[in-house]
Amino acid sequence: MAHIKVEEGIPGIRSLVLFRPETGKPLYDLAQVLLRGPSPLTEAERELIAAYVSHRNGCNFCMSSHAAAARCLYGEDKNIVDEVLADMFRSNVSDKMKALLHIAGKVQISGKEVKPAEISAAKALGANDREIHDTVLIASCFSMFNRYVDGLASFTPTDPAVYEEMGKRMATGYVAPTRP
Amino acid sequence: MPHINFNNDFPGIRSAMAYSPETAAPMGVLAEILLRSTEGLQPAERELIGMYVSYLNDCFYCHHSHGEIACIYLGGDRALVEQVRKDYTQAPISEKLKSLLGIAAKVQQGGKFVTAEDVSNAKANGADDKDIHDTVLIAAAFCMFNRYVDGLATTTPTDMSSYPLRAQQIVDNGYGSHVYSAKQPV
Repeated sequence: MAHIKVEEGIPGIRSLVLFRPETGKPLYDLAQVLLRGPSPLTEAERELIAAYVSHRNGCNFCMSSHAAAARCLYGEDKNIVDEVLADMFRSNVSDKMKALLHIAGKVQISGKEVKPAEISAAKALGANDREIHDTVLIASCFSMFNRYVDGLASFTPTDPAVYEEMGKRMATGYVAPTRP
Repeated sequence: MPHINFNNDFPGIRSAMAYSPETAAPMGVLAEILLRSTEGLQPAERELIGMYVSYLNDCFYCHHSHGEIACIYLGGDRALVEQVRKDYTQAPISEKLKSLLGIAAKVQQGGKFVTAEDVSNAKANGADDKDIHDTVLIAAAFCMFNRYVDGLATTTPTDMSSYPLRAQQIVDNGYGSHVYSAKQPV
């Protein structure tokens, strides 16, 4: 049960946004611009970073839902998502993407963990400033979302089919839920 | 030196926000509601939570910036801000705020660290659901802001006399794009 009185049966962040729509709106706006707005990273790559950070934070709701969105966006290459979650360094993502995911993993621990060596490694593999910026902000952002969702013990569905549906909806973009 | 070229000389989060105004806009709106709302928790209490989480995350820029903002709201009581940072359990603040700071410290470690007991203690000390919600989201949001600031190695001003001037700008005008589009106070 959630730590505060939210509507029963509504999963994860959606229940929290319905509890406090004033903060829900900028949170969804941020997710939309960061994960769907202009970026040299594809939407699939950005969802993969989100799922990877959520996985490292042990946030099952965010990990399962953003992994589902990433699978949806990767289409035929959807196995990439499960490879990265199982063992990022041995997965089949590009070396540049591995370097960016590695930076995201450092951000998940702490901002100070990102050292010049990680940045120059990513740049040597072709990452530009915008890609590094977006990676750091996505990882930072999910360090917030994961804590928000788990810190209030919001409802985490366990049925994978629920997440598959959620992923399809998320692939089309983020709009804050409103009361029916 | 920052990890990327921001094309500006602003300090801390201001440089990253100026570099990426599209993402800065919702972040500014979020900060304005979370830190300046006067419903339930007061701005001084909200800023103390932000300051404390930033301190635990060892983010010098955010820790000192929000400490100074809290100080202004507290009528210049810097000793109180320092006491909260050093050991809030001994600070002359309400039992309610103490239990909320305890919850914020758990959130800083990870969302799952917050227990039902932490929440029921806060409720016994007079916190309502909205206070608990806002505390968790403020702490979570600073886990984002702190990582954004340090993860890109933004410039941290070393001149401590500059912090109260930027703090006054926030107290006067709130959070939003003016922090990088208007003239810097220092």
